[in-house]
Amino acid sequence: MDRAKPVLRSLTGGASADTPANTRGSPSAHVTIRGLTKRFDDACVYDDFALDIPRGQLISVFGPNGCGKSTLINMIAGLIPADAGEILFEGKPLRAIKFGYVFQNYREALFPWLRSIDNIEYPLKLMKLSKGERRTRTERLVTNLGVKIDLHRYPYELSGGQQQLVSIMRALVVEPEILFLDEPFSALDYEMTLFMRDQLQRLFVETETTTVLVSHDLEEAVYLADRILLLSRGPARIADYVRYDAARLRTDATLSEPDFIRVKAHCLEVFQREVRKV
Amino acid sequence: MKRFKSEASLPVIGVIGLIIVWYVAVWYQIVDPVLLPSPTETFRAMWTGMLGGRLGFDFIMTVERTTLATLIAAAIAIPVGIFLGASEKLYRSVEFVVDFFRSTPASAMFPLFLVLFGVGDKTKISVAAFGAALVILFNVAYGVMNARKTRLLAAKVMGASRLRVLTDVMLLESLPQTFVGLRNGVSLALVIVVVAEMFIGSTDGLGHRVFEAQQLFAMPDMYAAIFAAGALGYGLNLLFLLVERRFVHWSGK
Repeated sequence: MDRAKPVLRSLTGGASADTPANTRGSPSAHVTIRGLTKRFDDACVYDDFALDIPRGQLISVFGPNGCGKSTLINMIAGLIPADAGEILFEGKPLRAIKFGYVFQNYREALFPWLRSIDNIEYPLKLMKLSKGERRTRTERLVTNLGVKIDLHRYPYELSGGQQQLVSIMRALVVEPEILFLDEPFSALDYEMTLFMRDQLQRLFVETETTTVLVSHDLEEAVYLADRILLLSRGPARIADYVRYDAARLRTDATLSEPDFIRVKAHCLEVFQREVRKV
Repeated sequence: MKRFKSEASLPVIGVIGLIIVWYVAVWYQIVDPVLLPSPTETFRAMWTGMLGGRLGFDFIMTVERTTLATLIAAAIAIPVGIFLGASEKLYRSVEFVVDFFRSTPASAMFPLFLVLFGVGDKTKISVAAFGAALVILFNVAYGVMNARKTRLLAAKVMGASRLRVLTDVMLLESLPQTFVGLRNGVSLALVIVVVAEMFIGSTDGLGHRVFEAQQLFAMPDMYAAIFAAGALGYGLNLLFLLVERRFVHWSGK
């Protein structure tokens, strides 16, 4: 398993579980995680875990089933408490920053009693913005994204992809510093997934919001990412933290470029190695 | 359009079938004619009774009692159900008591309520309210407890306080189940009111009308009163369904 290492040094970043601060030449760390520990009953999911998430990049989290991909972003986003450790956003705690979170299950994450537009405006309402301000912000977002959905419909009147788009807009409308997406497209059919990937990529290019995407689809993970975080099985360690620098906007043609194929093959190899370990 | 029309008229077939069977039974005297009057006689009794006769008055009395009982039950059970449902531990601690009294036939409570409230409307309404309240309470509490976890998390992650999560998410999440409770509650209230009207020193109401007609052997009147009670039960259920469809438009979607 060590055979591949020398070849891949150029591919992978300097960051590892031991020296996470060592991110030479890359953007400054937006999120720093140190000493993160989490146990579920008997299973230890994270033990003294450390990670840096660079500012303004899109990070894909990929790894074997049950390795704690979602647990990681849920702890970062404060949905579940960590047992020990520190997660800081440029030195600030979570409550001091604005962030967005997109659930896999859009059907259960949106509020069916509100029209789509009111769903999007709900977090602004929590921020006590006036009705006028809320509408202005939402309209600006709609224009920026070029969304062509009738937002006066109820979520259940929209297609799955449209619902997830509404859900993403709800996360973006607060102009978050960081955006978390937990397998956002896995409940969609393939055609819609492709469309949504590009929507996500376009809005990432537009806003340059630091984004953490959990994905179970390696192609998607690489295609969208600046860096792919490959996790090992529990307790999760960083198996690799792979850079992928292809220019944006990436297109279908990107998928057949040698660089893409090389990175994907490398990730797959690391993944296979981690899967076989147990 | 044509197909829709024919499907909408399907329920009519059952009604026509029942009336035909009834006519045949009367025609061939399969049942003693004293016990089973013809549909024509029955509907005439219903028509004259409802339009200015005793039946219309009794109908209104039963509607009043059932409505009042349901309103009282809802006014108590909905807030209490929300309160109990908001904390699963709290609900689990009173669950046995709720289930026990929910399973106790409300009719068994009549003597107790008679002692408490005396012979009169108070007793009828309070027993009906008691039965309906437990059904509503149980459903509301479950509606609140079974609120989708993702939806609660979504609100929390957007920065909603515990109170906001309760008012903006839990309450609305529980509405479909609350309506199930209200529909079951109003049906139960009607059953209890009609039974109460039959026995405890009653002078009016559909229950009283059925019982009196039977005592006087006025069979068309008795059947008319039974159908009136049936129409009332069906109508109340339908009313709640329509209200639900209007206000809980997302139910089942």
